[in-house]
Amino acid sequence: MAVIEVNNLTKKYGELQALKGISFNVNEGEVFGLIGPNGAGKTTTLRILATLLSVSSGEVKIFGHDLVKEPAQIRKIISYLPEDAGAYKNLTGRAYIEFIAAFFESGQAQRDMIERGLQIANLSERIDDRVDTYSKGMARRLLVARALMIQPKLAILDELTSGLDVLNAQEMRRVVKRGTSQGTTVLLSSHNMLEVELMCDRIALIDDGRIVEMGTPQELKQKYNAPNIEEVFVQVVK
Amino acid sequence: MSNTSKLVMKEIKELMTPATLIPIIIIALVFGSLGSAFSGSTSVLSEKPTIGLINQGDGPLSQFVYDSVSSQSKIVYNQSDVIAGINAVKNHGGICLIVINSSFDSNITSNHSATVNIYWIMRGAGLADALSTAPIEGVLSQTSLKLSRYLIDHSISSNSTVILQPVIRVDSTDFKGKLMLGISPSTIASVISNQGFIMPLIVMMVIIYGGSMVINSMGNEKENKTLETLLTLPVSRNSIVMGKLIGATIVGLIMAVVYMIGLGYYMTSFSFGAPIDLAKYGIALDLPKYLLVGVSLFLALMCALALCLILGIFTKNYKAAQSMTLPITMLALIPMFVLMFTDFDSLPAIGKALIFAIPFSQPTIAARALMFDDYTLVIAGIIYNAAFGLVTMFVAVKLFKMDILLTGRVKSAEQKGRRGLFSLNLLSRRRGKN
Repeated sequence: MAVIEVNNLTKKYGELQALKGISFNVNEGEVFGLIGPNGAGKTTTLRILATLLSVSSGEVKIFGHDLVKEPAQIRKIISYLPEDAGAYKNLTGRAYIEFIAAFFESGQAQRDMIERGLQIANLSERIDDRVDTYSKGMARRLLVARALMIQPKLAILDELTSGLDVLNAQEMRRVVKRGTSQGTTVLLSSHNMLEVELMCDRIALIDDGRIVEMGTPQELKQKYNAPNIEEVFVQVVK
Repeated sequence: MSNTSKLVMKEIKELMTPATLIPIIIIALVFGSLGSAFSGSTSVLSEKPTIGLINQGDGPLSQFVYDSVSSQSKIVYNQSDVIAGINAVKNHGGICLIVINSSFDSNITSNHSATVNIYWIMRGAGLADALSTAPIEGVLSQTSLKLSRYLIDHSISSNSTVILQPVIRVDSTDFKGKLMLGISPSTIASVISNQGFIMPLIVMMVIIYGGSMVINSMGNEKENKTLETLLTLPVSRNSIVMGKLIGATIVGLIMAVVYMIGLGYYMTSFSFGAPIDLAKYGIALDLPKYLLVGVSLFLALMCALALCLILGIFTKNYKAAQSMTLPITMLALIPMFVLMFTDFDSLPAIGKALIFAIPFSQPTIAARALMFDDYTLVIAGIIYNAAFGLVTMFVAVKLFKMDILLTGRVKSAEQKGRRGLFSLNLLSRRRGKN
């Protein structure tokens, strides 16, 4: 069942056309990856789906809600992790998790959500330190925790493991995968082709505002006779 | 060029930005304007003052004083009715009505100082308005000196106290339709100026600090990349806007109270002489009037913060936010200096319109107007600020729903064209290489 339906989506910034009519569907529980060169339109697509940017034309439905008409409904069921997101520097990690949780739940459900966030962040005693004392990796863990603790129906993750070392990146991928087993659908973009290959059930390759390829990693590797997705990417974009 | 010179040049380039230079230039211009205004007032002093003069005495001494004052003044009333005299002086834009008492001669000849009643026409409570009494002070001082000489030359009195101070002034003041007997304009001005100084200072400080808090908050949200997360939370844009505005308003009002207390003590320490109770003359603020001033201050702050939020939407980071506070600082400084220096009622029509149009003027205007029960001006100001605040908040909410919040200012078509061409060239070169 398709929970994200994007039909002929276009986006213009003034005279610059960032998206030139892209269409794709994402099924429930699927991890769908958007890959492409810088400026191809990945982040614009994610920002539109996260209700941050307006639609120039086309249609987007998320879990049956029209993106243009029902953005408030969509915000209740999604979680968006921007590539270079930050947290409020004057708050401690714990206070930040509590601050966000308060917008989604109350009472015991809120306490459970906070506990979940603290577990995902896994910052031990540093969780009670101010965010501005965190390393880039620690801050990213906190933000991933923020995004996933609410158990969203749809997680939109822009460069999930940006700034994380190998071990932390692996742990975050495991957390996301665990989320999908609990029913979360994931739409992600990444420049890390290994990550895309490891995590995604399907991939769309976007270039110059258009989707130029789409399929499972296996299908794409076969089609381009490539040993990995990185090679597919190079062949498609070249 | 040495390494040090290169570093010095780099530092100068970084520090000499419009954000650092423009406020200094503006302050210099404001002080320059004040200097021009003061020099204007000084030139007025060289003209003959317009007054009314009533001589109730019938002796040579009262006539001497009458002649002395007349020779140095332009007399617009010289009949016997005090109220008619006050009105005549008012109508001619004069300074005061001087009444030489009927017992003038008899007092001096019996070795007592004689009394002259002065009814001052006070038109405003600003610094500039206080200067308007100066010309007649000079006339009276010279007249008193001449009279002393006359008394010595004619051996009229042997009492040294009377010779040194033959005339005692009894000041009364007509201010905004109220005749306050026994009070000089300077006394009223000093009491009113406490509020006159404090209110514009508080408004300026609160607006500049509160405003920069809102703009910096937006700058921080963008610089720390927290805005996108905030906007994807299940919270309406109205709530986000109101949250920012109310938060900054509360902090701004707390700061207002702190400044009020601090400045109150500071100003009290400069009060000399016995304080007068203006409430006795019906020109003090009671609780309902204070509440109206509070409403006016709250609305001015809301207007400022909504304006700042709009400016903050266009800021890209914390540093850019600093320069965005400049227009608000200017708007807060102008009414502060103008209303400290002169009374709203003393301004020309165009000046009144301009000052009234700045929402930050309203609390200062309200504080003074309410002393004289001018509710119309205060209510008009409150309505204006409420409308201004609603419109700016509406615009802020609208902008919060637009792409511009995240994408920043839209570049001109020409800039975009150049950038687009550049990008295309790069792309074609890259593809050519591949």
